[in-house]
Parts: sequence; C-alpha cells; structure tokens
Amino acid sequence: MPFSLLKYGLNNDYPFEKNADLPLPSQLKSSYDVVIIGGGGHGIATAYYLAKYHGITNVAVLEKGYLGGGNTARNTAVIRSNYLTSEGVKFYSESVKLFKELSNEFDFNIMYSQRGQLTLAHTDAAIRGFRQRAEINKHFGGKTELIDPQQIKELVPMLNMNPADMPVLAGLWHMDGATARHDAVAWGYAKGATSRGVELHQLTEVTDVIVENGKATGVNTNRGKISCGSVIQAVSGHSSLVAAMAGFKMPITTYPLQAMVTQPVKPFLNPLVSSPALHCYVQQTGRGELVFGGGSDPYPLYSTRSTMDLKESLLAHAVELFPFMANMRLMRQWAGLTDMTSDYSPIMGLSPVDNYYLDAGWGTWGFKATPICGQKMAELVANGGKVPELIKPFAMDRFNSFRQVNEMGATAASH
Amino acid sequence: MKIINCPLNGPRNISEFVHGGEVRQMPDPNNCSDQQWAEYVFYSDNTIGVITEWWLHAPSGYWFIAQRHTGSDEILKTYDPSEQFNQRVEFTINTKEATV
Repeated sequence: MPFSLLKYGLNNDYPFEKNADLPLPSQLKSSYDVVIIGGGGHGIATAYYLAKYHGITNVAVLEKGYLGGGNTARNTAVIRSNYLTSEGVKFYSESVKLFKELSNEFDFNIMYSQRGQLTLAHTDAAIRGFRQRAEINKHFGGKTELIDPQQIKELVPMLNMNPADMPVLAGLWHMDGATARHDAVAWGYAKGATSRGVELHQLTEVTDVIVENGKATGVNTNRGKISCGSVIQAVSGHSSLVAAMAGFKMPITTYPLQAMVTQPVKPFLNPLVSSPALHCYVQQTGRGELVFGGGSDPYPLYSTRSTMDLKESLLAHAVELFPFMANMRLMRQWAGLTDMTSDYSPIMGLSPVDNYYLDAGWGTWGFKATPICGQKMAELVANGGKVPELIKPFAMDRFNSFRQVNEMGATAASH
Repeated sequence: MKIINCPLNGPRNISEFVHGGEVRQMPDPNNCSDQQWAEYVFYSDNTIGVITEWWLHAPSGYWFIAQRHTGSDEILKTYDPSEQFNQRVEFTINTKEATV
C-alpha cells in the first residue's frame, strides 16, 4: 500500500496541477471591464454572478493575500435571516434561499447544514422584541416563532435555564438558521467564476484608485497599473482605508471581533444557540468542536490580536449556558476585523465616485449575505449603476438623509 | 490585562474604562447644514495611525483624552481635557425650532 501511494505521488498524472479547481496565476492584463478589490466570499461571488448571469467575464478579482483568507475565513459561519427590519429580513431571506442550493450549483460541497438557530430572551423587553421579529419573519416567508422554556429544554437539553441568575424566559426559534463551511463557499464561487473566464489574482494589492473627473478609471497595484470600466470594493475590515484611496470617507468604525473554538466532543448541540444578554453565541461544528463568538471589542482597533479580558468574559458566559464545558480545553482563538456602521446594516451600492461601487460595512453580518450580495452587486454593475430594489435601502447615502436601517437589536450578540 | 494611565487615578485596568470616540470639532447645531451634521455624527477617517480620543474612567466618572495608535493599540499619552478645552462649551438649543 505505501508503495502504491509513493508511485501515485511520483506519477506524471498526479492530478494536482492538471485537474486543479483554480487555474494557475496569469499575467495581469492592462485593462479589464470590471476590477473587484478583495478576493473574499463577497468579491468572488460578485465575479461569479457577473460571469454567470450577465456574460461579463473580462473581470479581475484582486486579492492582497490569498482567496478567502480574510474575514471570509474568520467569521463563525452562521446563516440566518431573523432580523428586525423588513428591509433586512427580505435581504437575508433571499440569501438563505441561495445558500440552500449552492452545493448543487457549484458541484462542490459547502457543507450546508440547517440546524435552526435559537436566541434566548432573559427579559420581558427581549420577548417583546422577539415577538416583533417572529411576525416580521413570518410575513416575509421565513420560519421563525416564539417558543417557551419547555420547548427550549426539548431542543437543547444540556442548556442551563438559569444562566448567571438570568432565567431563560422564552426563545426565538429560527428554523432556517444554518451553518456552512465558509472557505468552501469562497472556493466554490472561485471555481465557478474562473471556469467562466474571470481572473483571480492573489498576492495582488491595490495601492491606489485612479479617479479622473470624479470617475474611477483604474487602479494601481503592486504588480502595475490596470485600467478598467468599473471598480467594486469588497474589502471587509478595510473599507475605510480603501475608500480613502478613492478619496472619500465612510460612516464606518472598525473593531476587532474575537472568536474561539474548543476541543471536539460527541455531538450534543444541534441548534445554534445565542444569548444577546450574555453577549455570547455557541454552536457545535460537524467535527464536534464548539465555536464561540461574542460582540465586537469595546473600542476601535485594526489588529487581530487576542485579549485575556474577552476570553474571560466570553467563556464565563458560555460556561453559564453550558456548565459542563468548564473542563473543556480551548484549541484555537482568532479575531477578525468588523466594519461597524452605526445602524448595524451593510452599505451596498453607489459611492461619491462614479463607476466605483461599494460592498462594505459588513460588521458581524457579512458571511450570511455572501450569495445575495454577490448577485445584487453583479446586477448593479451590469446595469451600469441602476441600483436593484432589494439593496436600495442600504445605500451609503442613507446616512446623509438620516434614513438608517436599524438592526441593532437583531445582531446575534448585542454589542 | 491592558493598563491605561488615568490622569486622575493613575494606572488602572482597561476594563475600568469606557471608550468615548474621537475628539472632533462639533459644528454649530443651530446653523450647520444636515450634510455637515451627518458628517459629524456618522463619518470618520477610521484610519490606521495615532488618534486623539475620549475615554471615561467609569468608577470615578472622569473623562479624559488619550492619544492611541489604532494599529498597535499603544497608548502614547493621556491628559486632562483642560489642556485642550479651556472654556465652557455651551450646548444651547434654538428654542424656536425646538418648540415647533
């Protein structure tokens, strides 16, 4: 057996290069129809839908690191649509629908797993909020309902119903809640986009955006200048910095968000459980590890360092929810950068610069929007800047006209 | 645990402090345009570099100013706001507009 393995490895037909899902790197061309800054889930999804639905394949996705290596790989892979505003619920519901079909569409397993998401209420005020969210969700075709403590016990028998002396009074049970492998989403989109002719250039950093007479005409990169018809910025965690290259400010503040994962244990937790009052959400991965996340850090910073304070507070709350976890070991800890807007909704659409489109402000809600955001950003660019109805409420301009889309109460962990 | 040197209480644990946002010039709410006000409350450079910002030492209710690097998280300097604000800032409301 070992010999056959060795033979296979040394064989000329060793399938790595020939059948690779992604083509080998190529030279940068001097001009593209569309340049997408950022090769994460959002950027590559936009490229995919541009090629698939709009026949635009002369597209370059420029990524300063590697494919999906930024916040696409740092989120906690939660998919849900139980938001608060009708704008938000409509938008995320479309995303959930697309996620369900992605594995088939890519012919590549994104490990989509629908488990349901349970949010816990510890106060009467939270129950009122949940009732409103359940009704809005149902109105737009989602499966969300308010459940009582008995139903919660049946769903999650291991849950402590009195964590930190804050009894669990009710739950918002969102049956559409799911998880998927976040890297695989980026890989699936990349495979589909590059096979249609899109170029993905990794290790290619945009150093400046060329704006002439209020119009974006190209970008400078560490590999030379590129001219292009339009530019999309899809750089979670660095939105303000890239926008500054194009010459405008954004209504964004960047905070780190820390998450962590334990050693694997036997499956015991099917739904994703979150408690906004305890600033904590927990889920068990397919490998049996428990993933924890909380709110963003308490002050702005461009660093993915970890802090003892956050570990202590987050884990103290997690252990309150599931006391038996007190003896488990942490395996990994990491942080991502969250571009927070003041209304906790994203920014999609036009910018103050012509032909320069924004896909930004994704705070802690970016991964779950990947498919629908890609699809709508592609539509926006293909139609020469005509903003699709679904993403109109999320224009950056809403901050100038004071028409925010307030999702503050609907983030998984309140911040 | 990160330590902040409070100008009033000396070096204390960062968990005792609350971040209060960047120190910036407030436009006159009675006379500025909506655009200027939006600019003031929502938009920011959000850059990597040394910024001047408000912090509150919560147990003593004391506000002060710190200079901090948003990339390295290094706190370079903390000082009493009187160094920068030497006269009272009035928040007068245009009563005519407020009663409409």
